[in-house]
Amino acid sequence: MNGTIPRTIFKAEHDEFRSHVRRFYEREITPHREEWEAAGQISREAWAKAGEAGFLCATMPEEYGGAGVDRLYSAVLIEEQARTFNSGPGFSLHSDIVAPYILNYGTEAQKQKYLPRMAKGEIIGCIAMTEPGAGSDLQGVKTTAIKQGDHFLINGQKTFITNGYMSDFVVLVAKTDPTAGAKGISLILVDTGTEGYQKGKKLKKIGMHAQDTAELFFDNVRVPRENLLGEEGKGFIQLMKELAWERMQIAIRNVEMADSVLSHTVDYVKERKAFKQSIMDFQNTKFRLAEVKTEIQVARVFVDRCIEAVVKRELDPATGAMAKLYASEMSNRVVDTCLQFFGGWGYMWEFPIARAYADARVQRIFGGTSEVMKEIVARTL
Amino acid sequence: MTWLPRTVFTAEHDLFRAEVRKFYEREIVPHHAQWEKDGVVPRSAWKKAGDAGFLCATMPEEYGGAGVDRLYSAILMEEQARANTSGPGWSLHSDIVAPYILNYGTEEQKKKYLPAMAKGDVIGAIAMTEPGTGSDLQGVRTTAIRDGDHYVINGQKTFITNGQNADLVILVTKTDPKQGAKGISLILVEAGMPGFTKGRNLEKLGMHAQDTSELFFSDVRVPVSNLLGDKEGQGFYQLMKELAWERLQVAISAIANAEAALQWTVDYTKERKAFGQPIADFQNTRFKLADLKTQIQAARAFVDRCLELVVKGELDAASGAMAKYWCSDLQNSVLNECLQLHGGYGFMWEYPITRAYADARVQKIYAGTNEIMKELISRTL
Repeated sequence: MNGTIPRTIFKAEHDEFRSHVRRFYEREITPHREEWEAAGQISREAWAKAGEAGFLCATMPEEYGGAGVDRLYSAVLIEEQARTFNSGPGFSLHSDIVAPYILNYGTEAQKQKYLPRMAKGEIIGCIAMTEPGAGSDLQGVKTTAIKQGDHFLINGQKTFITNGYMSDFVVLVAKTDPTAGAKGISLILVDTGTEGYQKGKKLKKIGMHAQDTAELFFDNVRVPRENLLGEEGKGFIQLMKELAWERMQIAIRNVEMADSVLSHTVDYVKERKAFKQSIMDFQNTKFRLAEVKTEIQVARVFVDRCIEAVVKRELDPATGAMAKLYASEMSNRVVDTCLQFFGGWGYMWEFPIARAYADARVQRIFGGTSEVMKEIVARTL
Repeated sequence: MTWLPRTVFTAEHDLFRAEVRKFYEREIVPHHAQWEKDGVVPRSAWKKAGDAGFLCATMPEEYGGAGVDRLYSAILMEEQARANTSGPGWSLHSDIVAPYILNYGTEEQKKKYLPAMAKGDVIGAIAMTEPGTGSDLQGVRTTAIRDGDHYVINGQKTFITNGQNADLVILVTKTDPKQGAKGISLILVEAGMPGFTKGRNLEKLGMHAQDTSELFFSDVRVPVSNLLGDKEGQGFYQLMKELAWERLQVAISAIANAEAALQWTVDYTKERKAFGQPIADFQNTRFKLADLKTQIQAARAFVDRCLELVVKGELDAASGAMAKYWCSDLQNSVLNECLQLHGGYGFMWEYPITRAYADARVQKIYAGTNEIMKELISRTL
């Protein structure tokens, strides 16, 4: 189409995969949205179905239940979810953040124990970094995991944990050496059901109502030493390794979400009339939406270029931070501009634009706040 | 400063860039302040550019060019923007005027003008705008009325880049004043033809070394063989054909200039102290500059993708409009923020940021105002 720069990163296989994913969201996810929002979580059945369809942990090697495909498949999954404004399923966190930690740092036993079942959707993973008093500043983590013989004794509290309520295990960020800063941090696998480990309430949020974001409590939880993920004291470095890709996931989602918002908005303004003409025909509408389209197009090309780099493992952390910053700030502007065109309907939850507006706000916060992104970028000046 | 690697250029392009950069450093930058006072770039500089092979490089060798691709043009524009020397109207001459002659000229016209243009012996201009007609070309009032073997031209043009220096003007006229777009023809008018006079070298907000002028036509008799194209009434369509490329040129210089401004500002803020520390160490500075870098990076990726397409002849008009609007807006906002970080020095003409700020304002206006760009983009919604 005139005014659309062709995307060049995907091959025919990716396109075919995309059409499967699109159908899956239409049939298995979108129809349940209201029910899941009321429940504050999606269903286990949906996880199992995603697993059956091969949409969980697709980039993991086949020996661990994945399909061994490249990250463009993850990008397709993220985009299709964003396109349909289904913010409930925490599939990408599970598949593209949690699973890679186990693959990259897990022992063979850990990989065998978790990865194939994660790919099937039988077990749900989460990662617990944030605490009530420590967000982006991970060195300030207070949760401790103190070695006692064959065990770690874990005490502390985590919050804002995506997939937290439904999760069957957590990659826990804890201080194995509370006297050290970054060097005292380790990652430890804790299974749901371990004595002393309790989930708090599903947190009420501005948006993402079907996402079971939760608090987690650890009260003298004893886990075996072999639950350490990777090396003791290396948690911080392990957390840094894939940051560019983790942040790119947010960038990918935000561009697609903005694109979908624009397309809904164009449909609406063409149909809706005011003062005897369609809203589309007002010059203000035309110009604002031309700006929005341009803004999305610029972000799309930039993010696609970053995806290209991330697939080749060439994306540096600062550029990943730029992509996250740029795309999330962009999508927030776009949803705000577009919501306005819907008038009162834009404020009604039944309209996707209202939900997109609510869901968008956290994109500038999680995965590292926009301010932290700027700090990272500033170091490259 | 680290950036996402650019992928559009080959080693030959890089080599060419090094030569162009040296040329600007030696032949242009040292003289620019004087030329700003003079309000014009001297012919000797045009000759030097011609000798170096920097004029009309994309023209075929048989017409005095080097037959190279548009990436060479892009390099010339980028280096000029980086050097912050807005005086020389070389890209207009080489990448707008010359292509009209190449695309629509007779063999005789090509032979007569193109080699001399490539040498810098003949300076080209194109005259579209009139005191009462800007972006709305159909309203052109200058007429070229057939009288035997001649056209008799009457009218007035303004804001004409290279106007004082011009030896050759591609004049946008109405050969049929009763018609709108279909009455428009392009006619080659040479300096010195009786009745063709150059008016004021216009004083402007910026671009002080650029000889932007008024042109007057009073019963100028031009042979009919000076019509560009094989019949009358084709002018509007001829003007449309390369619009995407012409507009991308604005985007190319905008981004290169914004990148340079960011670098000057990083350098300045690292050196300049306030309240006992470099300005670069204040969090506001860091975040502002990080944000600018991010925006420039995104736009850079976008423009490079457009360049890739334009070289293949695949850039559509609306995408060209997006690039022009987005990048010229961005350049202006970047310069505004960067100027602020220079404090009072940012208001002093001796500082590059000041001149860049003044020069940049017109980027949102010429080659079609950004409002026109939005109108074009909106038609693709």
